[in-house]
Amino acid sequence: MVKINGELLEKDGKTVTEMLSDMEISGQRVAVEINEEIVPKVKYDETILKDGDHVEVVRFVGGG
Amino acid sequence: MPIPTREEMYRALEERHGAELQRKLDSASVAVCGLGGLGSNIAIALARAGVGQLRIIDFDIVDISNLNRQQYFPDQLGKPKAEAMRDTLERIAPYCNITSHNMKLTEENIPVMLADADIIVEAFDKSDQKAMLVNCVLENMPEKYLVSGSGMAGIAPSNMITTKRITKSFYLCGDGVSDAEDGMGLVSSRVLICAGHQAHAVIRIIAGEFDI
Repeated sequence: MVKINGELLEKDGKTVTEMLSDMEISGQRVAVEINEEIVPKVKYDETILKDGDHVEVVRFVGGG
Repeated sequence: MPIPTREEMYRALEERHGAELQRKLDSASVAVCGLGGLGSNIAIALARAGVGQLRIIDFDIVDISNLNRQQYFPDQLGKPKAEAMRDTLERIAPYCNITSHNMKLTEENIPVMLADADIIVEAFDKSDQKAMLVNCVLENMPEKYLVSGSGMAGIAPSNMITTKRITKSFYLCGDGVSDAEDGMGLVSSRVLICAGHQAHAVIRIIAGEFDI
């Protein structure tokens, strides 16, 4: 199980790209952290979620 | 009437904030990226609090559509925001060390432009640009504190806007959902609340108070 934004989900073995696609989120408007470490955008395809990972997906919306 | 001396201004701040906090504020260096509704209000709050070094950056010019929420005046229309905001900050805090840049921040120039800031404030308008700055800073400058804003459009309740600490050095303010790109308008009071959250996160970090 992987904790994503506080919620336990069965995403073990998925890549960050697959996780974002499951969540229907565009990769252009997010920052993704796994266990307090930023995941570089170029590594979304190759970074695989592991059991026990804490993932934060920060979605940015417009306005400022 | 002549303006107060540097010492008089400093003493007045010290009386309100205490000597220790004022010393920390005076030696702090903060970069405000984007000078719209968030950034213009954040920069003013930080200058008033006595932050010693402020770097302000925006590529845009003051437009009549900005005046509902951004800290510019009708007689500044057409001026670069970086210049207009520097003029205002110099009146508010004449001894603050202000560096203004009328330019667009990119992945290429961010590491150089923001190198000397202790704390970086993301105050952009467009969501893809917010993500670009945040990712760029977190990937390339992990030693910096970063305070970002996301979700303050419309007139939903004030109390939906919060400050979250995403990691040790990354703070995120806003309600996370109210999107100006969905056609929701930006209203002075709610933008000001988010700007207040961001400015206050900065001041707490400077004070060495990292909890939210």
